[in-house]
Amino acid sequence: MNAVLSRRGLMALGGGLVVGFALRAEEPARPGSLKETPSLDAWIRVAPDGRVTVFTGKVELGQGIKTALLQVAAEQLDVPVAQIDLVTADTMRTPNEGFTAGSHSMQDSGTAIMNATAQVRGLLVAAAAAEFGVAVETLTTADSTVRAADGRSVGYGTLAAKLNLHVDAEPASTLKDPATYRLMGTPMPRVDIPAKLTGGPAYVQDMRLPGMLHARAIRQPSVGAKLLDFDAGPIEAMPGVVKVVREGSYLAVVAGKEWQAIKAMRALEAAAKWEETASLPDQATVLDLLRGLPARDIPVLTWKGEAGAPVKRLKARYTRPYMMHGAIGPSCAVAQLADGTMTVWTHTQGVYPLRSALAGLLRLPVEQVHCIHVEGSGCYGHNAADDVAGDAVLIARAVPGRPVRVQWMREQEHTNEPYGAAMIAEVEGAVDAAGNIVDWDYGVWSNTHNRRPYVGGLMLQNAALPEPLPVPPPAPIPMPEGGGERNSNPIYAFPNAKVVSHFIPEMPVRVSALRSLGAYLNVFAIESFMDELAEGAGADPVEFRLRHLKDERAKAVVSLAAEKFGWVAGKRGEGRGFAFARYKNLGAYCAIALALRVEHETGHIRLGRVVAAVDSGQVVNPDGIRNQIEGAIVQAASWTLYETVRFDRKRVLSRDWSGYPILRFAAAPESIAVHIVPRPGQPFLGTGEAGQGPMAAAIANAVRDAAGVRLRDVPLSAPKVKAAIGV
Amino acid sequence: MIRLTVNGQQHEVDAEPDTPLLYVLRDDLGLNGAKFGCGLGQCGSCTVIVDGQPVLSCLMPVSVLSGRQVRTIEGLGGNAVQHAFAEEQAAQCGYCIAGMVMRATALLEQNPHPSEHDIREHLSLNLCRCGTHMRILAAVRRAAGQGGKS
Ligand code: FES
Ligand code: FES
Repeated sequence: MNAVLSRRGLMALGGGLVVGFALRAEEPARPGSLKETPSLDAWIRVAPDGRVTVFTGKVELGQGIKTALLQVAAEQLDVPVAQIDLVTADTMRTPNEGFTAGSHSMQDSGTAIMNATAQVRGLLVAAAAAEFGVAVETLTTADSTVRAADGRSVGYGTLAAKLNLHVDAEPASTLKDPATYRLMGTPMPRVDIPAKLTGGPAYVQDMRLPGMLHARAIRQPSVGAKLLDFDAGPIEAMPGVVKVVREGSYLAVVAGKEWQAIKAMRALEAAAKWEETASLPDQATVLDLLRGLPARDIPVLTWKGEAGAPVKRLKARYTRPYMMHGAIGPSCAVAQLADGTMTVWTHTQGVYPLRSALAGLLRLPVEQVHCIHVEGSGCYGHNAADDVAGDAVLIARAVPGRPVRVQWMREQEHTNEPYGAAMIAEVEGAVDAAGNIVDWDYGVWSNTHNRRPYVGGLMLQNAALPEPLPVPPPAPIPMPEGGGERNSNPIYAFPNAKVVSHFIPEMPVRVSALRSLGAYLNVFAIESFMDELAEGAGADPVEFRLRHLKDERAKAVVSLAAEKFGWVAGKRGEGRGFAFARYKNLGAYCAIALALRVEHETGHIRLGRVVAAVDSGQVVNPDGIRNQIEGAIVQAASWTLYETVRFDRKRVLSRDWSGYPILRFAAAPESIAVHIVPRPGQPFLGTGEAGQGPMAAAIANAVRDAAGVRLRDVPLSAPKVKAAIGV
Repeated sequence: MIRLTVNGQQHEVDAEPDTPLLYVLRDDLGLNGAKFGCGLGQCGSCTVIVDGQPVLSCLMPVSVLSGRQVRTIEGLGGNAVQHAFAEEQAAQCGYCIAGMVMRATALLEQNPHPSEHDIREHLSLNLCRCGTHMRILAAVRRAAGQGGKS
């Protein structure tokens, strides 16, 4: 164990409050989420029969977190994976780890569980040593058993029965030597996949509680629409309808069967009359509108240094439209009001914040709301998962005792989810005669990227209810994570640079977190502009990047992607593109090289080979990392080639997949290869969002190479490409 | 009462005749495989096989199904496509996957040796938002005996 005395140790020595306080500043922080939840038994329990339960406040979103956390726990504890039950986010059972977002799960929860399990193993071994009267070093562990050199052995269950795990974790743990890992770093089949391949219950959408009713909400057709009087009588008489719920402009219907609920919802939509206002901006000019709105300027960085004289100066503006999460399965929740407690089964990314928001909406104390995470369709950020839980609780309150399942319809999901914010980045840069960047001036304009509910005022239903709760003002996410400014700080070593984030409080369109937040546009802009400057300097894009990188791990990733792709310096005109970023400059490193063709007659972009290199620190499940990066590449390709939320002055027009087309199989890349740089023993680096920005820029850079045109406004849609080529 | 045959079993269900097959499968028969994605025939997450053909169960009223054979992923019993999807770990959230497996199964039953073009064209109706496309393609190739990863 670490020689540093723990705070607990000092307190036990009788240091008392004053000493404890004085020394606390010296004490190293506990790793990961142990900082907020230090007690070991909050994370891990060992039953007398040796079965282990591991608790995490993070949730499975299809990113494979359950499997990775099981690998970590099994590795450090020396327990077979099959002996471990993993409990994910539940406000009555698990630690509060906030949101499962920002590629933080391994850093926060993975680190906490790794250290907690290692410390529990240490305590079990110490207990066995005392029992056997031998030194700790002479004992080994395997298969939930501690063994002594003389052949004696004792199971974890027996040892744990006498052990108190309700103690705070030490700041430092004795972790296994990464060279001895058997599970971490080795591909493991995902534990959630078998049910998904056989029709087993896998999602909140699949829940069927006894006596469960089905409900649908009737959404306001536009923001702020007011429900006028109408006769719901005929609808209440429809087959199976249990109740029409109406509160102010909030309207929903409950029925015995799902199809009955849908038919009643359609009938209500036809019968309801609304007073609407033109509350949306003009889509054609929305970027200019945003650029002109009052903004709070937040300095991100200023570098000043010696540099050569600029010989070439370039300036460019990069933009992205509003984009959709677009889950394949519309959001769903089940709620039940029983014995004074509202229980909610939800695929939210944050059970604790959602509990507070729902309690606010219901005017209940938080103790009377219990949120349990159950998986849903992939969400890619703050989509409608929380809002549908708002429907479920409002409707369940109207039919006490009965569980109510609500799923949104496709057009409800498309038109009501909070979108990824439209953004603008403007950059000016200069190179000297030697081809070095000597000056860099970057500004990014964006709304917030976080309107996740933690109070009732942030729920979609709030505005429709008769007495709306106050709505907290939008706030920026401070660096180093950043919202709109995420990844606006270049990873390159420039002698002079200035980066300013222009935070726009006013939101013409409802927005919130979409996978990678501002990093998507900032990396698109920085990595497109790096190519523009490289071209200005007559340099090869890969060599130009390496020239400006100081971080050795960054260089390794760039070099690996180039090598595996077969990048030949100076070879141009074949539709090859390259881009690189380290997510948030804190998380995983990811470089992408790709090839594509531009069809000159149509402007369509055809993706060829894509090669990625990634450094995620210590690897837990390499196949999981590959799967995440592949997914990010394909999803970012879809965003970059096709996607824009369309609206008129009143309503969102992108109501389904024909109004918001996304990538289909025919347009998927020819191949994707992901190469991982192994970093045994290094901290986990969040990976889930690392590929988004690099993919966008790699495409734009390859289009420039293939067709000679530089496109700076996402999406790089066929009409825009065709217009740029001018054929 | 409506009669239908699902995975070889006869069922009588008390559903309104215009009920799409999807809701009968999910709510009356308790089968989870077919998923609601759009209800509009645009995404394929509700795909099942009827008389050997891939069908969008969200659009097919249950009343037209008497005398026809409905198959869902629950009835495949661990076929080559399911195995190949597991081998390739071809899922992220997995919400689209049952529909993919059903469509791929229908393809391979009709065309055991599809080309890459055939596979992509055939699957193009089915959407995946997680970007699992390359693994799904690899799984279908593997199930067709063409090896997996490219
Ligand atoms: S749910 Fe049937 S095609 Fe989308
Ligand atoms: S795996 Fe999530 S939609 Fe396909």
